[in-house]
Amino acid sequence: MSDRSELIITGKPFAFDAERDAEFERLVKRYPIRESMILPALWLTQEQEGWISAEAMAYIADRIGTYASKVYEAATFYTMFNLEPKGQYHICVCRTLSCWLREKQEIVDYLAKEIGIRPGEISEDGRFSLEEVECLGHCGTAPVVQLNGEFHEEMDVDKMKALLATLK
Amino acid sequence: MEVKILSEKFDIENAHLLEVAKKHGAYSTLDKLFAMEPAAVTEEVKKSGLRGRGGAGFPAGVKWGFLPKDTGKPTYLAVNSDESEPATFKDRYILVRDPHMLLEGIIICCWAIGCNDVYIYIRGEYTTQVKVLQQAIDEAYAAGYLGDKVAGQDFRVDVTVHRGAGAYVCGEETALLESIEGKKGQPRSKPPFPAVEGLYSSPTIINNVQTIASLPFILTNGHEAYTAYGTEKSPGTHLFGISGHVEKPGMYELPLGLPLMEVIDKVAGGVWKGRKLKGVIPGGSSTPVLTVEEAKTVTLDYESMAAHKTMFGSGGIVVLDETVDCVKLVENLINFYHHESCGQCTPCREGLGWMKKITKKLLAGQGTLADVDLLRELCDNIEMKTVCVLSAACTMPVRSYLDKFRHEFEAYAIDNVSADAKLQGN
Repeated sequence: MSDRSELIITGKPFAFDAERDAEFERLVKRYPIRESMILPALWLTQEQEGWISAEAMAYIADRIGTYASKVYEAATFYTMFNLEPKGQYHICVCRTLSCWLREKQEIVDYLAKEIGIRPGEISEDGRFSLEEVECLGHCGTAPVVQLNGEFHEEMDVDKMKALLATLK
Repeated sequence: MEVKILSEKFDIENAHLLEVAKKHGAYSTLDKLFAMEPAAVTEEVKKSGLRGRGGAGFPAGVKWGFLPKDTGKPTYLAVNSDESEPATFKDRYILVRDPHMLLEGIIICCWAIGCNDVYIYIRGEYTTQVKVLQQAIDEAYAAGYLGDKVAGQDFRVDVTVHRGAGAYVCGEETALLESIEGKKGQPRSKPPFPAVEGLYSSPTIINNVQTIASLPFILTNGHEAYTAYGTEKSPGTHLFGISGHVEKPGMYELPLGLPLMEVIDKVAGGVWKGRKLKGVIPGGSSTPVLTVEEAKTVTLDYESMAAHKTMFGSGGIVVLDETVDCVKLVENLINFYHHESCGQCTPCREGLGWMKKITKKLLAGQGTLADVDLLRELCDNIEMKTVCVLSAACTMPVRSYLDKFRHEFEAYAIDNVSADAKLQGN
């Protein structure tokens, strides 16, 4: 359990763009109840904006025709839903068993030194955010890092250095 | 030792594309399938002895048999692709390298159980995997293998991918259903079991990806071809994931029943860096650890694992070398399960947090022998007192480390250092 109760109010209205709107309408037909669209709609929002604001949650509730509390419940329970903006490059390092056994800490320490942020933080210029996450299901090629959702396997400090170099 | 049943097309380039998969036999069982009575399909699966490959090992055909008849409600199939148990990484190979084998298996299962609506629940972290899977589904729809008339038959199968968003507990089948219904993933009390009252209060079968993907082989070749592999009680093959301290970690398809040490040495290249073995986690992080002596006598099947007081689980084998500090490993495990507790049951939500605090205290050199006993006592008091088995997934392994490597915990409690440091006189 982690505390994810804080929502950010932007003061700006939210709506799906045309592409997400069409995808919402396609998906809603696949379920017998509209509440099943809560997770898919949260994903569509995150794809569009990178994170999910209080206004976006209200929009989703309205769009589905359900209570705002139900959307809030799901958004705060599932840890992959970002409740605040992340860095331009969002780096997730797996911290669980097999990655831990194969020295994921060296990568975390390197990133802390190189970018100057600890897990859970965003760099001041907004370029990088770092997170330690639970098992990513790539234990046979541990340690594993996800950069903006893309998997990078059999990582070490040298490979991490090379990966960062491609971003500069 | 390796065999190629499920992984037959894994090494073929672009086998995730329908055109390539079809050249190598994808969807070729459908003619035979539609000529069979649904009950005969279930019977064939029962005879194959195929067991649930998600971790519980429940016979698949028997599970299907629990569906009530003539309820007037639709029957749903939920394919469990949550794959979140640490050390488990087999299903994603199916999703990415042979997704049409999964879709063909889904059609077979639907025919057998009389189901038209399927949800594949895939963990949110599988970003690239979900794209490949969706592409395969789109191709299958376009080619008429999914949709209103599957392969020209008067039989509808619709498949929808539902993405999770980072909750381990959603691999538990009723939490998975809650998640599809748009709720937080908190497991339901059972009974009623999902086969009777599952998704949208309707009869529902939940099967693991690998279980479903095993169906095309069984139906094409008959149950005898499947039971020719493995042992009498644990027939077939399994996609084993070997990780941790070995020279060649990876996913290997093996028949069940092989000696664990032979697999570690011959398939996975042995313990890495020429180091000595300390222990083996046999089937995902929630399974009790085996000592070196136990590892020498166990075989990779459900019965031998049970005889060694551990579990076959998901087939995720983790090799631990002599440098592993069991107290630090236990801290890593408790951190995971505490983080993933859904918060519904007090013994899990608070108990795992308590265990975490005690372990941290020991590692900080501030623990006592009473703390070691308390940690052990908590395991007994938390287990089986919660709605689902997430808490037990933590206490079962932790208890095994406390019982088999107790001296390492005591070293922190008595000398405030690790057992290794104590040995070296530091």
